[in-house]
Amino acid sequence: MQKIAIVAYSQSECVSQAGAFNEVELIMPQLREVFGQVGLTNAQDVDFTCSGSCDYLQGAAFAFVSGVDALGAVPPIKESHVEMDAAWALYESILKIRMGQAESALIYGFGKSSPGELPIVLSQQLDPYYLAPLWLDTVSMAAMQARLMLESGLITERDMAAVVARSRNNAMNNPRAQLSGAVSVDELLAEEMYVSPLRKSDCCPVSDGASAMIICTEDKAKEWGVPYALISGIDHRIETHNMGMRDLTDSVSTRKAAETAGVFDRPVDVAELYAPFSHQEIILSRALGLGDEIDINPSGGVLAGNLMMASGLSRFGEVFNRIISGDARRGIAHATSGPCLQHNLVAVIEGAA
Amino acid sequence: MANNSAVLAAVVGIGQTKYQTKRGDVSIAGLVREAAVNALQDADLTFDDIDAVVIGKAPDMFEGIVMPECYLSDALGCNGKPMFRVHTAGSVGGSTALVAASHVQSGTFKRILTVTFEKQSESNAMWALSSPQPFSVHLNAGAGGYFAPIIREYMRRSGAPYDTGIKVAVKDRLHAVRNPLAHLHLPDITMKEVEESMMLWDPIRFLEACPSSDGACAMVIVSEDLAEKSPKPPAWIRGCAMRSEPTMYAGREEVNPQASRDCAADVYKQAGITNPRKDFDCAEVYVPFSWYEPMWLESLGFAEEGEGWKLTMSGATSLDEGGDIPWNCSGGVLSSNPIGASGMIRFAEAARQVRGDAGDHQVEGAKLALGHAYGGGAQFFAMWVVGADKP
Repeated sequence: MQKIAIVAYSQSECVSQAGAFNEVELIMPQLREVFGQVGLTNAQDVDFTCSGSCDYLQGAAFAFVSGVDALGAVPPIKESHVEMDAAWALYESILKIRMGQAESALIYGFGKSSPGELPIVLSQQLDPYYLAPLWLDTVSMAAMQARLMLESGLITERDMAAVVARSRNNAMNNPRAQLSGAVSVDELLAEEMYVSPLRKSDCCPVSDGASAMIICTEDKAKEWGVPYALISGIDHRIETHNMGMRDLTDSVSTRKAAETAGVFDRPVDVAELYAPFSHQEIILSRALGLGDEIDINPSGGVLAGNLMMASGLSRFGEVFNRIISGDARRGIAHATSGPCLQHNLVAVIEGAA
Repeated sequence: MANNSAVLAAVVGIGQTKYQTKRGDVSIAGLVREAAVNALQDADLTFDDIDAVVIGKAPDMFEGIVMPECYLSDALGCNGKPMFRVHTAGSVGGSTALVAASHVQSGTFKRILTVTFEKQSESNAMWALSSPQPFSVHLNAGAGGYFAPIIREYMRRSGAPYDTGIKVAVKDRLHAVRNPLAHLHLPDITMKEVEESMMLWDPIRFLEACPSSDGACAMVIVSEDLAEKSPKPPAWIRGCAMRSEPTMYAGREEVNPQASRDCAADVYKQAGITNPRKDFDCAEVYVPFSWYEPMWLESLGFAEEGEGWKLTMSGATSLDEGGDIPWNCSGGVLSSNPIGASGMIRFAEAARQVRGDAGDHQVEGAKLALGHAYGGGAQFFAMWVVGADKP
């Protein structure tokens, strides 16, 4: 499959409340930044634009329609939208480039989760007849998953706290992070329970913000004369919605997507995983066969700030940044969707040869 | 600019549900599965043969399910496979077909199942479209209230007779009588009856507006080699285009949007269409309010600007009157409107025509057809051209 170049990436700060800023105002600075990185003016300068957002975060139908106002879409542009994380908007854009209808694409994701109660909002992602009426929130579902792992001896609470400690410490080098700091495992374990066995620190914070990226063919990247990294493989898989019918302690879909994406062909040195809860990072690391030598979530991951609908795209951006800076040569970007890691996307990003 | 290196793709299976006000006998999952199974049977395939599923629907707020692809994975046999969800406003049914096609045209997959749906009986579209937003102008009007002034402007500019919309309303409902899946079956409908129906959003009368329907539409799209082995004739995808523009900007042409004209020009170029009225045998065009037929006839180049209503009034777009360019032989959006699926139904019905599989609403010998969808404030467009012959 044709390799796709990432040439620009930007993410807003993760903030707990963006206040009076609306979605367009969250998106605009990120678009300006990625256009600037390549020397472009607006969406007229790319062949395709695709975004990811969720109406339920905004509390109104057609969240993405106002997003189009941020693009400079006059004259009209080739544009599409997914009601999924923007990592899937990236996927759609890659298909467009592979089929030759575009050489370049702008991708962005945005979410302003603060006005609602995110765990409750996401409970409406469940089967509308049997599960959604129970208002089973995402934190409670994740807690059940963590409980299963603890009781089957796959992890300890200390393992979970170690994930959080590393996230907070790594995030001290990430000016965009919402939560960071030098905390020890023992300090974290001393915190009170939130939804047992999860402490609040085991759960990602609720964040407002946006991220954006520009991708293109390798030829276009050379023409633009900007540093780039290459997406050499990408795949995504979904699992059954019935949580009682899948092994919640494993992520079969992540492993399967990783196989197709070529993760296991050669060693990787960095992985950015979309794990909204500490124990889920362990599930994902194991599914991907990541050993201690791998730098996992050097940005702090989403435990340090979770931009709903943009966090998956940001994982790509974080790996891209590390490859461009020379800190890494081959990395994994991962995105997830749905309750308890139901749907997973995995990609391999490499340095240009 | 990008050169089109797309792999050839074709529609080899189409499945729809019967459209009606309320499908109380099935859940949302049951509804989409019904369309999917019908499409698979039409293609002589099973869920096991499918590489990935692409679904689309109008806003999640209609049925109140956030990102319903998670819930629908089981019903669509997608577990262990890629599942993709498209959402581009009213054009979503068309956009979903285009994204599904791109899964094949990119050379990434061989066989894609794509499904769109709306279960309007379990939703409230007017409410979902009218929730107020901070910092934004509040349009508590629904779609009809939004489009009524734009239609008025068309009437003013073109000088079209007041009953052009009435004629479309009758014509599409008579087409629907030929289509057993259509929601509205009004064989005795008359111009007088439409004219006397309640004025909803002046100049749009009740019978000049689309119904609210439950329903789902599905297609199987495959690569060239598999299409050639398919048991029934394939509909070859000859062109695909999308365009978007903002809802409001200074100088925006709302009656004949630039995005519509650009999208048509793009898809015609890909398919080698130079004279739409002559080159196409028929078209399935998104006409949710009757007056949009003459408006789109002009925007899509079937008539000169200001002349679209003449085609309508002359019967050129009517199958029953033996018109040369029948529009919406299935009955169109005016006869069935499961919103999220309505665009895909246009795309699928265009494909049915060129497959020679459109039953009583078949245009004899149809070889080339246009599928069209639009959404938002007439700002999002999706179109494809399908043909009986391989390009």
